Amino acid sequence: MSDPAAPVRRATASGGSGFRYGVRVALPIGLAVWAFGVSFGVLARAEGMGIIAPLVMSLTTFSGASQFAIVSVLADGGGTGAAITAAVLLVARYLPIGVSVAPAITGRLPQRFVRSQFVVDESWAVANRGDGTFEPGTLFGAGVTIYVSWFLGTLLGVLGGDFLGEPEDFGLDAAFAALFLALLWTTLKSRRAVTAAVIGAAIALVLVPITEPGIPIIAASIGALAAWRRA
Amino acid sequence: MSDAWLVTLVVGAVTVVIRAVGPVLLGGRQLPAQLTNLFEGLVPALLAAFVVVNTFGSGQSLTIDHRLLGVLAGAAVIAARGPMLLAVVVAAGLTAFARTL
Repeated sequence: MSDPAAPVRRATASGGSGFRYGVRVALPIGLAVWAFGVSFGVLARAEGMGIIAPLVMSLTTFSGASQFAIVSVLADGGGTGAAITAAVLLVARYLPIGVSVAPAITGRLPQRFVRSQFVVDESWAVANRGDGTFEPGTLFGAGVTIYVSWFLGTLLGVLGGDFLGEPEDFGLDAAFAALFLALLWTTLKSRRAVTAAVIGAAIALVLVPITEPGIPIIAASIGALAAWRRA
Repeated sequence: MSDAWLVTLVVGAVTVVIRAVGPVLLGGRQLPAQLTNLFEGLVPALLAAFVVVNTFGSGQSLTIDHRLLGVLAGAAVIAARGPMLLAVVVAAGLTAFARTL
């Protein structure tokens, strides 16, 4: 265990560190996020959410899965309660994720609050050092990049960006799986890590067809953590 | 207030709080070693779940579609120790190409 007071700049599992590295490593995936932002904006506007509400949602909820779920539930006439429940389940993972990155988010309370809002799956994943700790610069740089991409995409979408075509036409849905796979690869340095990954994947696969979206992800983390503790 | 605004404000507020809890309450502090140790396992577990859900998930069902082809090609790049960006671009490109067939 390293001394927390020591100003050690240990690199991420993917090799780099610092704010600029975070921006650079997140830019390509930011393009995919931007395209999905456009898609969300177009869809939200078409479903009668107006212009400002989708923008406020992208600035506060900042979660593609959650926001697409809201539009889909509201469009199907599922009601506000169902939409809120679905969306919250899909962001619940940010509770453990937020605790895990807490040591990397320093400064006074307002600063920590603001920085916490930029934490997203992709920034969390690229900033991980492979030992349960996270590199602050990469976390912030990647988070800001994805945040701005998502907002600018939403903005173009609600203002009529439906000329761009669907993100799926460009295979951008597969880009996220490949990114997470590449980052997963960098963390598989021990037998325990491989076990955690296999259990996480298995739990998610089993639960996708039988639970509400969001629950497979939460259950995967809990299940794998249980296995980790015993290992 | 419209339904859209109600959902926007409630989910937005809840998400902002969920994201803030850890960094606001514990920010900058070293976590107990046991917790850091657990998070070491959380990373591969969550990443593997993301891979599976993003590859096979389609709402509340599992499907095998063009994404799998792209992801497998991306995996080949990763296994050959190619750069991460190349893996992502190959996965997207092949998936897009397969969809045009």
